[in-house]
Amino acid sequence: MTTRDIVFVAVGAVTALSALLSVTTKHVVHAALWLLVSLGSLAGAYLVLGQELVGLVQLLVYVGAIVVLVLFALMLTRAPIGPHAEIDTPAWQRVAGAVLGAATTILLASLLLPLFFGARADLDTAESLTPQVAQAIFGTWVWPFELLSVLLLVALIGAFAVSRLVLTREEAPTVRVTTHPSALADATQPAGERP
Amino acid sequence: MIHLGFPAALVALLAGIGVYGVLARRNAVLVLIGVELILNAANLLLVTAGSRAGAPLSAGPVLTLFVITIAAAEITVALAIILVLFRRSGNIDLTAVPDLSDDEDEPTDTDVQPAMDRAPAREGAP
Repeated sequence: MTTRDIVFVAVGAVTALSALLSVTTKHVVHAALWLLVSLGSLAGAYLVLGQELVGLVQLLVYVGAIVVLVLFALMLTRAPIGPHAEIDTPAWQRVAGAVLGAATTILLASLLLPLFFGARADLDTAESLTPQVAQAIFGTWVWPFELLSVLLLVALIGAFAVSRLVLTREEAPTVRVTTHPSALADATQPAGERP
Repeated sequence: MIHLGFPAALVALLAGIGVYGVLARRNAVLVLIGVELILNAANLLLVTAGSRAGAPLSAGPVLTLFVITIAAAEITVALAIILVLFRRSGNIDLTAVPDLSDDEDEPTDTDVQPAMDRAPAREGAP
């Protein structure tokens, strides 16, 4: 056990424990907050593994953006404050879920632990890994990187379209009669008077 | 120097917890939390495999950054769909999902099902 091993075990215990609490708590808002703790300490695990860029991006995107989005979604869907038993499936389904989760853990552990058993990473060199990552992103991986920006734009527009489309279809008779002709008239009136 | 067995064990734990979270929740946002945990297990596995000696092209950390970006895009669209679901039916219980098609049904067609924490139906819709 080196020092990095001890630090990783501590950070990983926090990660696993808060992840377990976030899927078992009866408070809806507490689940999102425990997820925040879990993802934040996972960023610490990335730091211990020597990937400080990944750790910082994890903090910025997951903790800073995704958990905040989840909290906003909980607020907008009027999440109940206080313990609430109706957010879980029935007991037999939870037992089945626990069995399947344990099976997943055992399967992955029996596959990964022999694979990584003797493996060690020498991370105690002075230089940072970030320049290598940056050169790889903007060298080898530059086209996937650019495609990802298109994907983000498509997801943004798609989310906007999804949340708008149903609303306008529900209110189609009123919206078209009240706003659309008047807007058209306002737009055409000055153009018609100008010449 | 770090032994890579500990990150591998954490990967297995996080993936199992995420699977339980997906299966044991009815609230749609909490199901998404389980999906996020599974994605983070995949990320940790990529970083762990990428920190072995001789990993080419920095593939581990770079692919981890890509997966984080895709997760951000995924959760944006998923939360938009959940908000539409809430606006249509008043709750986000996945065991009582209503019909989301475009026909002219009243949104109260799910009233026959015992929905739990139904808010006042579509009161907040503009």
